[in-house]
Amino acid sequence: MVLPEHLLHLTGGQRVLDIAAENVRDLVLELEERHPGLRAALGRAAVAIDGQIFQDAFLEAIGPDSEVFFLPRIEGG
Amino acid sequence: MAEAVDYKAIGTSPVRPDGVDKVTGRAQYGADLNLPGQIYGKVLRSPHAHARILKIDTSRALALPGVYGVITGQDFPEAEGGEIGGEGGGDVSDLAKNIMARDKVLYHGHAVAAVAAKSLSVAQAALDAISVEYEVLAPVLDLESAMAPGATLIDPSCFTKNLPEKPTAPSNIAAVMKLGRGNVEEGFAQADVIVEGEYRIPMAHQGYIEPHACIASCNEQGQATVWCCTQGHFEFRAMTAKVLRMHIADLKFIASEIGGGFGGKTVIYLEPLAVMLSRKSRRPVKMAMTREEVFRATGPTSGTLARIRVGARKDGTLTAATAWLAYEAGAYAGAPMGPGAMTVFAPYILPNFAVEAFDVLLNKPKVAAYRAPGAPQSMYAMECAMDELAERLGMDPIDLRLKNAAEEGTQAPYGPKFPAIGLKACLNAAKAHPNYTRPLPAGAGRGMAVGFWFNVGMQSSAEVHINEDGTVTIVEGSPDIGGSRASMALMASETLGIPYERIKVIIGDTESAGFSNVTGGSRTTFATGMAVIRACEDIIAQCKSRAASTWGIDADQVDWRDGAAIPAPGVNAALKPLALADIAAGAPKTGGPLLGRASLNAQGAGAGFSVNLADIRVDPETGKVDVLSFTAIQDAGKAIHPAYVEGQMQGGAVQGLGWALNEEYIYDANGVMQNAGFLDYRMPVASDLPMIDTVIVEVPNPTHPYGVRGVGETPIVAPLATAANAVSRATGVRMRDLPLSPPRVLEALEAAGR
Amino acid sequence: MDKIQIGTSINGEAVEFLCEPQQSLLEVLRDTLGRTGTKEGCSTGDCGACSVLMDGRLVCACLVLAAEAGGHEITTIEGLATDAGLHPIQQKFLEHAALQCGICTPGLIVATKALLDRHPDPDETTIRYWLAGNLCRCTGYDKIIRAVQDAARSLAHPA
Repeated sequence: MVLPEHLLHLTGGQRVLDIAAENVRDLVLELEERHPGLRAALGRAAVAIDGQIFQDAFLEAIGPDSEVFFLPRIEGG
Repeated sequence: MAEAVDYKAIGTSPVRPDGVDKVTGRAQYGADLNLPGQIYGKVLRSPHAHARILKIDTSRALALPGVYGVITGQDFPEAEGGEIGGEGGGDVSDLAKNIMARDKVLYHGHAVAAVAAKSLSVAQAALDAISVEYEVLAPVLDLESAMAPGATLIDPSCFTKNLPEKPTAPSNIAAVMKLGRGNVEEGFAQADVIVEGEYRIPMAHQGYIEPHACIASCNEQGQATVWCCTQGHFEFRAMTAKVLRMHIADLKFIASEIGGGFGGKTVIYLEPLAVMLSRKSRRPVKMAMTREEVFRATGPTSGTLARIRVGARKDGTLTAATAWLAYEAGAYAGAPMGPGAMTVFAPYILPNFAVEAFDVLLNKPKVAAYRAPGAPQSMYAMECAMDELAERLGMDPIDLRLKNAAEEGTQAPYGPKFPAIGLKACLNAAKAHPNYTRPLPAGAGRGMAVGFWFNVGMQSSAEVHINEDGTVTIVEGSPDIGGSRASMALMASETLGIPYERIKVIIGDTESAGFSNVTGGSRTTFATGMAVIRACEDIIAQCKSRAASTWGIDADQVDWRDGAAIPAPGVNAALKPLALADIAAGAPKTGGPLLGRASLNAQGAGAGFSVNLADIRVDPETGKVDVLSFTAIQDAGKAIHPAYVEGQMQGGAVQGLGWALNEEYIYDANGVMQNAGFLDYRMPVASDLPMIDTVIVEVPNPTHPYGVRGVGETPIVAPLATAANAVSRATGVRMRDLPLSPPRVLEALEAAGR
Repeated sequence: MDKIQIGTSINGEAVEFLCEPQQSLLEVLRDTLGRTGTKEGCSTGDCGACSVLMDGRLVCACLVLAAEAGGHEITTIEGLATDAGLHPIQQKFLEHAALQCGICTPGLIVATKALLDRHPDPDETTIRYWLAGNLCRCTGYDKIIRAVQDAARSLAHPA
């Protein structure tokens, strides 16, 4: 999984992490475990799982080889 | 799903269900409703762009006969902090201060007081009777001075967000955003050609023709009903509740018809004022802005300063690019620099890039969303740089894009890999279009550019009521701003298998429809459409079960085809199909009324790409620019109602052309907008334009049952660079600052010695 | 403030109203008489949303004083459809999807009527200049122009 630039200070500069998780909820819990403060910092970030963008992901499934990105929430006019 | 399918209803363009009311004047927009006993509210606005409020004396106003109430910032509850959910978000306390200043005014036109009176003329007299003492402060009016060290601070508590560490001093830079990949220096070292430029895009207004308007009626228990024009009445309700610290259940919002929004009606301005005035006066209070107020105090979009550097090999392969993007937020944080940064390089495969974007405070109105917020500005700069690169390389500009075009599996600059997208299909359609290959008219230049928007899903609800005769009423919660009732009815018609004419779609108020986010983000046909389809599928499942009980067989032995339940293959073939009307007629005996529903948070909106072409002629004597032809090509995924998809493409094209050619906020040194009216803020009129040719490309979005991507926002993105590239090619002079109004074009031509 | 009594004809019907001397015809139509089909977009004569006909001549109702309407015949959007149904211009606007939000539509339809009353067979340029006083922010005008062209054909050759 990949973090946005402005959160890298919370992971000591680490942008790409390998995490085993079955869904976004577990992924975020694991992230918080490893890097306290990250969960709050992610806030309302959108999540992309294998290219599919979820504005509000929680129980969305993550596969063993899935690529997960956190990105700023996208709005519109 | 979503392969080439023969649809019966989808892909046709019938007359919209709400059409007759809109061509006869019956349809009620924000200012069209009047209530018995209503009085009129008006807002007193700051004559200064930046000032401290020392004292407000309302006593003379309150003493006037026919004045029923006056409010100022002091009457508002202390605003809670925190983010506003949904579209048009931002910070609650900023929103509260934007609709009514507290201790400081931050732009010319900022609200400082409001009155309610028996007539508009008395209300105006009351405003004149209010005296306000100000301590005038120096206004900050352009990005460079706002960002400079030692600049006058708009908000001394503003510390730049998203930096690794909190800065030691406050500044006008509310937030930064960085994106990057690879090694930019190495990338530029591999380039044979490097193009660099600085671009200015002016602050511009959404320009909806209907000014903001509402009526609020509050009872003695503090419960209020508000009628207003809005892109999202549920979110208006939530914002009003937060600003006034009310319970959501004590507020009812009814969306009127809406006369345009384009993002500008995703935030509240008048609604909480009308509620407070109604509470004070115990009468319904009607408020409507003048056009001047709309310009001075509501949602423009950010003016932007953009610096682009892009390098390529001789064969056109991009090796590296950087973007530096500063967006004007206006008085409070929240410029669309994030999407600007994420879209700037979105169309291209770029191994090395770096983007830096800034959200900058200055003494101008707080920006609101405007169609693909942030993207037209940043992509304008990049698409102009790409055109210059093509010229330098001696390449066809479409070929240069095709060489580097993102496709399924390309890692987007904002992170994930693209699923199926239609960029290459649009580029190929442009290349093959007769408007691209025909001879260029004398004195004209031919420009092209690419546009992109993410599109979003978000939350929607829909109910499908089957009436006793089998006709259908759909209740949903997305204000219809451009014909979405027709799209909903078409998708319901297709799903249920009944004629379009038997379906009526209504937009319920906040107490009669399920929650729905705003009509914005190009999401309505996608997300609310998905809710309508799911609710129709719910009805079909119920109808199958009713038919099964009628026939005495199991529900899984029933199929649904052409609007009727039929026995599944191999089941008693003698059973006659039961049409929806038959099932509706029999409903009292089979379980009661038929009501289907769905509510969802739609995910997986499909990215939308476009390509625009234009032939533009420049008069070297006057600098006047004439658009001779314009072609908009866009991937819609699937066009549910093609005429309205074309309408979005044509309307967006012309809005983008207006921004490119004439529209801009012009300020004097005191921060007073000089052109706050339609005469001087020059939006395109019919005689400025040719027909706008369209090509709808359909690369289905696999996550939508019918392949819909969303089409509303992408169309405004490409026209800016398309126009500038055409003008630059027509004159042989690169013009980077918008708008390309006659004086500016003439100046550029003279500077270049043409 | 003393009010003035005005007698006029609106959509063929005799109408009397009281108005203040500074009130516009638009204010009276919308607020006093409840004819809200005529829209307000700017009140400075720049957007055309309040287009009405005064003795057959196209005017912005926001630029006409209500008192000036005395003795004249006013036609508004509400006066175009008849017992037989929609006016052909209204019908063609619908068929060509020539409206999106619809706020400019009443004004554009009234302006189109003024145009076709004088120029039954206008070319595209004539249409574009006649409608240049009516702002539409949604459509880019393309479908409006086509609807007007089709309406002209349909008025010249009724089905």
